Amino acid sequence: MIANLTSSERQQAFVLAVGVVLAGGAMTILGRSDTLGVHGAIVMLFAGVVLYLIMSSFYDPEPVEDRESSYYDDPIKAGIVLSMAWAVFGMFMGVWVAAQLAWPDLAFDAAWSSFGRLRPTHTTGVIFGFGGNALIATSFHVVQRTSRARLAGQVSPWFVLLGYNLFCVLAVSGYLLGVTQSKEYAEAEWYADLWLVIVWVTYFVLYLRTIARRKEPHIYVANWYFMAFILVVAILHIVNNLALPVSWGHAKSYTIWPGVQDAMVQWWYGHNAVAFFLTAGFLGMLYYYLPVRAQRPIFSYRLSILSFWGITFFYMWAGSHHLHYTALPHWVQTLGMTFSVMLLVPSWASAGNALLTLNGAWHRVRDDATLRFMMAAAVFYGLSTFEGSFMAIRPVNSLSHYTDWTVGHVHAGALGWVALITFGSLYTLVPALWKRERMYSAALIEVHFWLAIAGTLIYVFAMWNSGIIQGLMWRTYTEDGALAYSFVDSLVAMYPYYIARAFGGLLFLIGAIVGCYNIWMTVRAVPVAAARAADVPVTPVAVPGE
Amino acid sequence: MAEVERDSVSGRETTGHEWNGIKELDTPVPRGVLMFLIVTHIWAIVWWFLVPAWPLGTTYTRGFLWTDQRTTVEAQVVEGQQERAAWMARIETEPYNAIMADEALMQTVRHTGRQLFGDNCAACHGRDGKGRANYPDLTDGDWLWGGSPELIEQTLRVGINTAHPDSRIAQMPAFGRDQMLEREQVRSVAAYVYSLTHPDYSTPQNIDRVNAGREVFVTTCATCHGENAAGNLEVGAPNLTDAHWVYGGDLDTIIASVHGGRQGHMPTWDERLTKAEIRTLALYVHDLGAQQP
Repeated sequence: MIANLTSSERQQAFVLAVGVVLAGGAMTILGRSDTLGVHGAIVMLFAGVVLYLIMSSFYDPEPVEDRESSYYDDPIKAGIVLSMAWAVFGMFMGVWVAAQLAWPDLAFDAAWSSFGRLRPTHTTGVIFGFGGNALIATSFHVVQRTSRARLAGQVSPWFVLLGYNLFCVLAVSGYLLGVTQSKEYAEAEWYADLWLVIVWVTYFVLYLRTIARRKEPHIYVANWYFMAFILVVAILHIVNNLALPVSWGHAKSYTIWPGVQDAMVQWWYGHNAVAFFLTAGFLGMLYYYLPVRAQRPIFSYRLSILSFWGITFFYMWAGSHHLHYTALPHWVQTLGMTFSVMLLVPSWASAGNALLTLNGAWHRVRDDATLRFMMAAAVFYGLSTFEGSFMAIRPVNSLSHYTDWTVGHVHAGALGWVALITFGSLYTLVPALWKRERMYSAALIEVHFWLAIAGTLIYVFAMWNSGIIQGLMWRTYTEDGALAYSFVDSLVAMYPYYIARAFGGLLFLIGAIVGCYNIWMTVRAVPVAAARAADVPVTPVAVPGE
Repeated sequence: MAEVERDSVSGRETTGHEWNGIKELDTPVPRGVLMFLIVTHIWAIVWWFLVPAWPLGTTYTRGFLWTDQRTTVEAQVVEGQQERAAWMARIETEPYNAIMADEALMQTVRHTGRQLFGDNCAACHGRDGKGRANYPDLTDGDWLWGGSPELIEQTLRVGINTAHPDSRIAQMPAFGRDQMLEREQVRSVAAYVYSLTHPDYSTPQNIDRVNAGREVFVTTCATCHGENAAGNLEVGAPNLTDAHWVYGGDLDTIIASVHGGRQGHMPTWDERLTKAEIRTLALYVHDLGAQQP
């Protein structure tokens, strides 16, 4: 990590780490009578460890390699490891909260382990910890390879990666301490949000500068998606988290958005987090690793353009479908509903483009579980985008909203699409990055694939059943015009499905642990490939002409 | 930059770009995609014409159907109320005896009451009304404040030990903790109460303690629970001679009750439920007890 930095870069890193330690110190002092102080201590500890790593090899010899002739892969490797660690943590939390719904005593009567606190540790752990680290790592890889240029910075990629993980640690530890903004998927408080703005803007600048260095005349599709992901997430994060802290020494803040406008801003954020974090970013992944693994050209460049602009334009309008039949004005709901339906075609165009790219490579899909991960991801992407547009239609939503159907829909996307495309991409990336011949065990990838598929299907079918049963029970009237069921009746009806859901999640978690072991053993035990094709940037001599 | 090539599988040409080995075909957008795109757009535009859709400064396009979710839901609420109005008016106004004599109306009470009970009462009393530790069983025919629909309605309305001005007040004092009774007196009166339901407890070894307890009971407890310990519905004092216990009828729990007192709480539903709902629940709860001996 430090060995590849020049002495001036080590000084930069040192200054940054000291700055963060001091900021943590200030938080500790100002917030000494509040949970903010605990977070100050965590910041100091985190930055202190980084500072120790910098200092411990500060005076080592400087690197001599020619940077222009190699890619910068160290932060990517760290990102992959962090991503898998967060996957296990986040999915374990998911299994735990799922089990709590079936067996409430599993909260053990403690505040920190109550459902309301654990549930955001699950969502943040898997979306931001697992998904976010995977996106940062793969985007660093893809942008360098498709631009044939090295990352435009030595310290900043580490700053982005470690800074982002500090944000995740602050978020998750905050939930356990009871620190929350009560905004779904944006629970972290104001100081963590401010920190993420700094980190994310650095990420954006780093990405832009790397693309500006590219040795290819055109910017590849995957980079469009990664750019959209980084840019729009920055906008969403800043607007939704505009808030006033009650004091500089207090973790609590209040949003500047009042009433129904707060709800609208939150779900504009929430739905576009699905769009630009969980869709655009992972489509960037798909557009690189799927054609590489399938060894096929992308089916249609024109379809890529149509779906990219369709997705980026239509998603922006769709957020209000989370607020059907609420205090939100009817006309805003209509716009959310109609744009959600128009969004279906560009979404399916992406899924179709991915699946048609596999034409001529279906024998590989059959034989290669890594490619099959990505194929299944595209199928689940198509399924869940259809389901999403369908559920956004107001009368359908009147049945599905507030039920487990929504939870099932989210997990069809999160497990079936996001996690499967990530595992497929990582199994492609890990041997390439560590320059191994192959993954440690193809059989274990196969095992992981079937655990993941079985887990996802069990989960989604359980939630479809329970969601529709719930929705119907809540709207069933007796012939006297009174409600037929109490809420508790519907909970009792959910019980078997809650058990099935926890079991499906457990299978998925076991799959992820198998994946961790396989990646670990690939790095440890698989011999370095002698004859991998040279994986280096274009040197100045060979600059291709337009 | 790579040359334009022809892909052997699809027969399509590539765009002529290449990124680290990845190429793209120049396949036109399939006609089906464009058709589907047009269909979804037409669908959206039709909706925009029919219902409120686009903002216009301070107002918005109303749509040719002239609907609005607010007026729709208001109409639905009125419609629902009308549907229920007939039997709700009867439950609200007719005397309980008349309602109970009408089997059809009682069926309505049982359906509606089950849902009302589930949403409001089941958290403490259980979905079946059988209660659990510290929460009374409503099906056993043993009542603290009386089991007629009128008295149940009163309990529902004002609650027990609540802030309601007419709240039912049931205070079992903490005789031990507040030092109204000696430690030994607490033990003996508990033994006496225990022996009422466990005659075989009065063995020669225990008989002195039980007798001493009876003395304490007559001077201290009989005011509320009655000389024969059969309880008093007027003050919510439970019958101590039957098998029904709110807090538990074993000796240790009785000692704990005498020592620390009991101030059970039942919320007031006056503000939270309508009169018809309270009367439905009163009938439903009465019926629970009547249905199960």
